[in-house]
Amino acid sequence: MEPKAATTIVARDVDMTFDGGVEALAHVNVAIDAGSFVSIVGPSGCGKSTFLRLVSGLIQASSGSIEVDGAEPSEARRLRRHLSYVLQDATLLDWRPVATNVALPLELRGTAQSEVDQRVEACLQLVGLQDMAHLYPHQLSGGMRMRVSIARALVTEPGLLLMDEPFGALDEISRQRLNHDLLALWCQRQWTCIFVTHSVQEAVFLSQQVMVMTPRPGQIRAVHDVDFPYPRSRSLRTDPAFGRLVARVSEDLVSEDLQS
Amino acid sequence: MVAEATGHMMKIFRIVLPPALTLVVVVAAWQLLIFVFSIPPYILPGPLVVAAAISKHLDSLLHAAALTAQAAIAGFVLSLLVGFTTAVMFSQSEWIERSLYPYAIFLQTVPIVAVAPLIVLWIGHGLTGVIAVSFIISLFPIVANTTAGLTSVAPPLRDLFALHDASRWQLLWKLQVPHAVPAMLTGARISCGLSVIGAIVGEFFTGYGTQDFGLGYWITQTNVHVKTPYLFACVLFSTGLGLLFFGVVSVLNRLVLRRWAAAH
Repeated sequence: MEPKAATTIVARDVDMTFDGGVEALAHVNVAIDAGSFVSIVGPSGCGKSTFLRLVSGLIQASSGSIEVDGAEPSEARRLRRHLSYVLQDATLLDWRPVATNVALPLELRGTAQSEVDQRVEACLQLVGLQDMAHLYPHQLSGGMRMRVSIARALVTEPGLLLMDEPFGALDEISRQRLNHDLLALWCQRQWTCIFVTHSVQEAVFLSQQVMVMTPRPGQIRAVHDVDFPYPRSRSLRTDPAFGRLVARVSEDLVSEDLQS
Repeated sequence: MVAEATGHMMKIFRIVLPPALTLVVVVAAWQLLIFVFSIPPYILPGPLVVAAAISKHLDSLLHAAALTAQAAIAGFVLSLLVGFTTAVMFSQSEWIERSLYPYAIFLQTVPIVAVAPLIVLWIGHGLTGVIAVSFIISLFPIVANTTAGLTSVAPPLRDLFALHDASRWQLLWKLQVPHAVPAMLTGARISCGLSVIGAIVGEFFTGYGTQDFGLGYWITQTNVHVKTPYLFACVLFSTGLGLLFFGVVSVLNRLVLRRWAAAH
């Protein structure tokens, strides 16, 4: 499977105010390079998810512009079919076994069945669920459901992966394991990844860049570069330099909280 | 294996025994009541008298039950088809739903006993009229439950389909309809019992000619002629028919819902 060329994202002075006057984002300026792994951390309700929805083209910004590979987001999505989105909830279809859940995106775009089977099998292998293809979602643990959700996101060979607190509902062990597996996959494929999380540790461990958002209306207050080389091993979590960076990012996060 | 089989038997035993005991107690009390107060059979026939009536009229009871069942099945299937189509229309356009839903409720609230003679007047005597009454009374639960199922898809799942630019048709058949299956089956469980009631009410007002008689016809006839034991037999057969319908749909329900295990 050859991954699609990774996606570039540029947001200029983006404001998002919802009907009813809730101001979710204000003056957001972001430039994300192709193939980079960027995390966004911030307090609850700061507009992190809103930003992902804007990039996906599900909603439109009130003002400012977002360009995905130089095009308007929903246009880019329809033309390039490059985007996958993973949510905290695995959003699986209860009535379908794992294999056809993973196949859904290909099925919706009318891919030939032989190719679907081949790609689904490959993706299940990637996430370590090759033996679970026939099981239904209710027969799986939370961690396994999330793996199915990730397999479904990867089956279209995306150039851009948006992840909205994907591991937020999992226990610490499953979460760390999925962090490692996700990074291993990203190192192979190098899609552009925007990863929203509450956990500073997780953000620093995974990303090349961590953006800290302020409370509502969300603004990007600080951007931290994370220079640890890939592949990153488990031992990084206990590295003093890792701890120092986590502390610095947390500092930004908490100080914003206190101001509000 | 033997232990497992015994365990299985025990389980069935535990499920069947309590209601069976209740039945025995109630029937015994019923017979005792008749005996102690010497109640005449045309007011309240005892279980033995009813049993005798059943065996005497078994042929015509079975024939009547078969006719009623036939009309009820037709009414039920028709209500499934029309109900599903209506619900899909409602789910596709809020405008259609707003315009028509109040009248669907009207169908539900209008007393069927009052309308049945009109239906006979318009459609005529015979099977068609009985089916029509059964259909009308079964329709609403299907429409209401299916519409609720089709429109209650969680927003993140809708987003998922939107992100893949799914067509309206794909959204309907790959998301909304499968999501609505459990709700549809709930509606079907309610409607299958109603379809029997509808068929019997329909038969109160219409018949199948001079050769064939349904349970509803016999209920009115035995009532008029104070053949109370036979009336009891008819009531028992009607109830049995309703239970049979409900049982069949419930079993189908469980078989289908195995896949939807997370939903309930």
